[in-house]
Amino acid sequence: MKARAAPKEVTVAAVAATRIGGLFSTALLLFAGLPLTAGVLPEDRADALYHSYDGGGVDITGPSILVLKKLNQNVALRGNYYVDMISSASIDVVTSGASKYSEKRTEETVGVDYLHGNSTLRASYTNSEENDYTANTASFGVSVDMFGDLTTVTLGYSRGWDTVEKVGDPSFSKDLDRQNYRVELSQVITKDMLMELGYEAITDEGFLNNPYRSVRYVDPDSPAGYSFQPEVYPHTHTSNAVSLRALYFLPYRASINGEFRYYHDTWGVSAHNFGVGYTHPLGDWLLDLRYRYYTQSAADFYSDLFPYENAQNYLARDKELSNFTSNTLGVGLSYEFVRDGWRFIDKASVNLVYDHIWYDYENFRDLRDTSAPVGKEKLYGFSANVAQLFLSIRF
Amino acid sequence: MMRTRNLAAVASLLLILLLAGCGTIEPWVKPYERTHLADPIMSFDRNPVSSAYIDHVYQAREGARGAEGGHGGGCGCN
Repeated sequence: MKARAAPKEVTVAAVAATRIGGLFSTALLLFAGLPLTAGVLPEDRADALYHSYDGGGVDITGPSILVLKKLNQNVALRGNYYVDMISSASIDVVTSGASKYSEKRTEETVGVDYLHGNSTLRASYTNSEENDYTANTASFGVSVDMFGDLTTVTLGYSRGWDTVEKVGDPSFSKDLDRQNYRVELSQVITKDMLMELGYEAITDEGFLNNPYRSVRYVDPDSPAGYSFQPEVYPHTHTSNAVSLRALYFLPYRASINGEFRYYHDTWGVSAHNFGVGYTHPLGDWLLDLRYRYYTQSAADFYSDLFPYENAQNYLARDKELSNFTSNTLGVGLSYEFVRDGWRFIDKASVNLVYDHIWYDYENFRDLRDTSAPVGKEKLYGFSANVAQLFLSIRF
Repeated sequence: MMRTRNLAAVASLLLILLLAGCGTIEPWVKPYERTHLADPIMSFDRNPVSSAYIDHVYQAREGARGAEGGHGGGCGCN
């Protein structure tokens, strides 16, 4: 399992959530008064994907099946079945002395879209199961097209209930509640350009650390010079993220896109990422190229090496909460083998997407480097190969 | 705190005034000018099954989360 992020004080989270909730109610009231035009539901489609991630001693593969089917002009059903088959000998596993482990996560989502005039209401429910982690999430959303369909505003809310367990300790069971608030504005800028502005606030409350992960501290009595103790996280976490995306149609038939996101949370993590992409059709083929840069600062209570045991109230040595950057280069190739209909299929394509991601940590050290003094081990880094092969049909 | 509230009140008022004038906005891109925008290569999320997956890959290894686009939502998974 992966530890989830969360706040310093429950009160702060509650106040923030109440304020955000108030804003949502106001926005909903305002939308209710806008003039209606007719919208459309997305076309029927089915996608069958096989994914593979290989990096940092972790190997994850599995399928993802997504189906979207309209029942009539106003109602559509959605379903997604997703599996992660995990085999992990990550740096945390190796340096803690544990042996390689395997686990499986299965996620199922069902949803319904309801179109009324220029508004689409969405509701969905997701269940995710691992041997030591259960997550249930209910999501609601409304999208409204306005100003001659040049603008689409979407509001979303999700509520999640998780149960964290620990293998080998049947008495261990902790709860985690999650809430997500989303606002998105999609705007037609010109006949060749689209933009999308997004904001999402997430508040978590409950057990947020990983029951298996430890932090290390200086211990002169230990032969290695350091010892481990379990990590301790706050019980709340609130985050805000804002993103801007743009898509531009080039003078010949191709498109370029760009995105930027800024993130900040109550644990002191600040992050931003930007990305650029290029899509180029070549007959029945479609080529995608993309690059993404990501960087973040460390959480306030993160340290690679604490000066002594119980050095502070909260303790983390999760590399996801450290100071690091990552770079991704990706390429996608799509071949449309049905363009003009065949039996019940309108269009069909086979797609291959490959991404290579480099992670460089700035204050997370590789403890396999035993030749260096404690706290001076070489910095950890790894790269990952991420591949997707999928079949996509429209009907 | 007071200053934040005042700012929020002014922002809300501006939003209401802005929306009150909605009826007079003329679409500056006419429906017949939207050929390029309707092209599948002009979609932020052409393959939701693929973008949801890659967002999951990033989210599981980064501190940041949220505002990923239409396919986001947070499944509470790793």
